[in-house]
Amino acid sequence: MSLVLQDVGLGVPGATVLDAVSLTLERGTLNVLLGPTLSGKTSLMRVMAGLDRPDRGCILLDGDDVTGVPVRRRSVAMVYQQFVNYPTLSVYENIASPLRIAGLPRAERDARVAEAARLLRLEPLLRRLPGQLSGGQQQRTAIARALVKRASLVLLDEPLANLDYKLREELREELPPLFARTGAILVYATTEPMEALLLGGRTSTLWEGRVTQSGPTAEVYRRPNTLEAARVFSDPPLNELDADVLPGLAPGAARLGFRAEHLSLGPPPPGRLGFEGRVSVTEITGSESFVHVDIGAETWVALLPGVVDLPPGQAVQVHVHPSQVMAFDGAGQFVPAAEQPMAEAVA
Amino acid sequence: MNARRAILLTYLLALSLPIYWLVNMSFKTNTEITAGVSLWPHAPTLANYVRIFTDPSWYSGYINSLTYVVINTALSLACALPAAYAFSRYRFLGDKHLFFWLLSNRMAPPAVFALPFFNLYSAVGLFDTPWAIALAHCLFNVPLAVWILEGFMSAVPREIDETAQIDGYSFPRFFGRIFLPLIANGIGVAAFFCFMFSWVELLLARTLTTVNAKPIAAIMTRTISAAGMDWGLLAAAGVLTLLPGALVIWFVRNHIAKGFALGRV
Repeated sequence: MSLVLQDVGLGVPGATVLDAVSLTLERGTLNVLLGPTLSGKTSLMRVMAGLDRPDRGCILLDGDDVTGVPVRRRSVAMVYQQFVNYPTLSVYENIASPLRIAGLPRAERDARVAEAARLLRLEPLLRRLPGQLSGGQQQRTAIARALVKRASLVLLDEPLANLDYKLREELREELPPLFARTGAILVYATTEPMEALLLGGRTSTLWEGRVTQSGPTAEVYRRPNTLEAARVFSDPPLNELDADVLPGLAPGAARLGFRAEHLSLGPPPPGRLGFEGRVSVTEITGSESFVHVDIGAETWVALLPGVVDLPPGQAVQVHVHPSQVMAFDGAGQFVPAAEQPMAEAVA
Repeated sequence: MNARRAILLTYLLALSLPIYWLVNMSFKTNTEITAGVSLWPHAPTLANYVRIFTDPSWYSGYINSLTYVVINTALSLACALPAAYAFSRYRFLGDKHLFFWLLSNRMAPPAVFALPFFNLYSAVGLFDTPWAIALAHCLFNVPLAVWILEGFMSAVPREIDETAQIDGYSFPRFFGRIFLPLIANGIGVAAFFCFMFSWVELLLARTLTTVNAKPIAAIMTRTISAAGMDWGLLAAAGVLTLLPGALVIWFVRNHIAKGFALGRV
């Protein structure tokens, strides 16, 4: 079982929504679509589901072309970012809805709803209407409806984005195993790099309607093959600088970048690249501090453990190890670093 | 607080005074009505009502009116529901212009259409039937119902339609089982307005009927006889004309209250 997208394109008047997207998603895998808002995640999912028909390209499910097949004839389930349930039906009827349409016998239907309700802790709420539930319970109802259908393609479009922090952590851990058991192709869209890393599986980064990179999540994180993929997969944003500041680090490179957690504060120890700048803002979460430093025209962020309280305008030194610096050429493609990088530089 | 209550009370009294006077008159004899001011019937009589309920030329007016009003309300909703769904969910060439044009039908005075309708219905044999009036009133009520329902439908997230598609609902099943209950308030409001507009419209109703389908409002205009005006009878007929509207409001009052708060009214 696999879902293959071949050269899928979609446009609206005046803009390209999806640009030559080719992807292969295997059965039983968790696939994260990672990209900022308007990068085409939702459009891609709608095309996968069959809600929108692509302008170009085709979609193959198990080798069969399903490009024009109406969505109700496909084995698809979808959970939206907004909590979408049928407001006039009880939680039980909401969950049972796809089974009722499929004409499952009552006993089987009851059993499946009961199981989904148990897994998502909705048992005491089955008789209520969605409007009487909290946001988390509403979204769990939507997830339960997607679960009972046992669809071969399950699309989760930022399912946790509108939930509070605690509930998100809880559901994020519970969700993938729930669907993994059904052997479905699970697709999970998110804007947050951290969520992609916590989920694991495979990640495809999206940027302006193009898939910039696809692969095992940790690998895509460690070695983004384009500047856009690196930007998408960095939160706080990627610290960037022009390559000519550090000539010799990577021949042919135009732009260098590294992540906030690799930037340290203080005088550079031997073997690390040092820079001088001024603090612009410090954000403190308690366990971590985000120190924003102006280096020339660029603003970098250093992610430091604990509370680091620096007043704005204070002169600081920062440093990064050359091996953490990724180099990209003029077209944004990854460039391997030189064998022996420059030992030290001060900008 | 007391001043507020007094103002409210005065307002309510002013509002209900004409209605009270009508009810008051309907229980009086013509002699008492013409004799002078009396705040309540001194010699209460039901004769006016008995006359209306026993004389076919009177009660058939009510039956005729109710018939075409109910037909019109059902027709208007049946046409407006699919149309409003299309306006709410699909983009097509000229959709916005068409939507506005629909409403502009309401701006023309009914008198403009009286003659063409008269000629058309005479030609096709619909003249002097409830269907003639019911169809003529659709000209005003379908656009109104489309306009009201479109507002309610657009308030329902499109994702619900899509979720139903994903769940495997066919369109008719989705529309009947999921979508209509969601816009029940809107349907209540639209039905109320269709009913009321059709019920109070006089010009087309009178022009398009002669004997068999004559509406009550037309019958009421012909109570003047050689013996003078039958005031008591007219008042009783007026009271009975108020009742259907009051009943409809009573039944859809919850929907209307919610509808006014939610939708496009």
